[in-house]
Amino acid sequence: MSIPLFYFVAFLSIFFALMVIFAKNPIHSVLYLIITFFTFTIHYVLLNAQFLAIVNFIVYMGAIMVLFLFVLMLLNLNKDTEPMKSNFVKIAGVIAGMCFLVTLVGSVKTLHISEPVLLINPGLGLVKNLGQVLFSKFLLPFEISSILLLSAMVGAVLLAKKEPKNI
Amino acid sequence: MQTVTQTIQSVPLNHYILFSAIIFAIGVIGVLIRRNAIVIFMSVELMLNAVNVLLAAFSVYHNDASGQVFVFFIMALAAAEVAVGLAIIVMIYRNTHSTDINVLNKLKW
Repeated sequence: MSIPLFYFVAFLSIFFALMVIFAKNPIHSVLYLIITFFTFTIHYVLLNAQFLAIVNFIVYMGAIMVLFLFVLMLLNLNKDTEPMKSNFVKIAGVIAGMCFLVTLVGSVKTLHISEPVLLINPGLGLVKNLGQVLFSKFLLPFEISSILLLSAMVGAVLLAKKEPKNI
Repeated sequence: MQTVTQTIQSVPLNHYILFSAIIFAIGVIGVLIRRNAIVIFMSVELMLNAVNVLLAAFSVYHNDASGQVFVFFIMALAAAEVAVGLAIIVMIYRNTHSTDINVLNKLKW
């Protein structure tokens, strides 16, 4: 039952990702994106990356997508105000994306490695193991990312604040 | 959990690469064909997530936890990027009453 599970979830991911970019209504796009991220969470569980699965579930589906949804509803965007590109630009965009995909697939085909992904150490993606790596090898990047988040928070507040009229 | 960890054992690495490439290409197409700035943002998120899945797969393949730590950093970066980007979009909407990227052509030529 195991092998078809990956392909089934991959199919679902691709299907919902396509729905994200082809849905007319931006709110539907956000909802489809949430489902896509849920399928990614299933991929992480299948890879036994439990920490990433939980973080993906909480941070991406819980926080970032709610942020998107809030902004969409704040701006009162719906199907009627949705700007659409002309058909020519759409077809050109799809063709360009397909050319990109063909290039990537062609370069993968020349690799000739197709060994199965084996999980040698079952504790690889657990919180304990990842925490030890994060706080020993990647301590400095971890601290810098905290500064990044702080500056992003300050920047977001500064940008979204209403400017005073008399400067 | 043991059964779940056994399940992955025979999916070839190439299939993970192809899957990520397809999702990434869908993100690129989304950036190219949509005009709503927020939907373009969501396509960028899709691309970031394709890379995340690929990094996690390679991390398991090489039995190295660094890849998963990198995914964690990418998630932190994506959160910061979304916060600032959505603030910029809100500001643009306040000034132009639209999130159409074709309105923002003052710097063109």
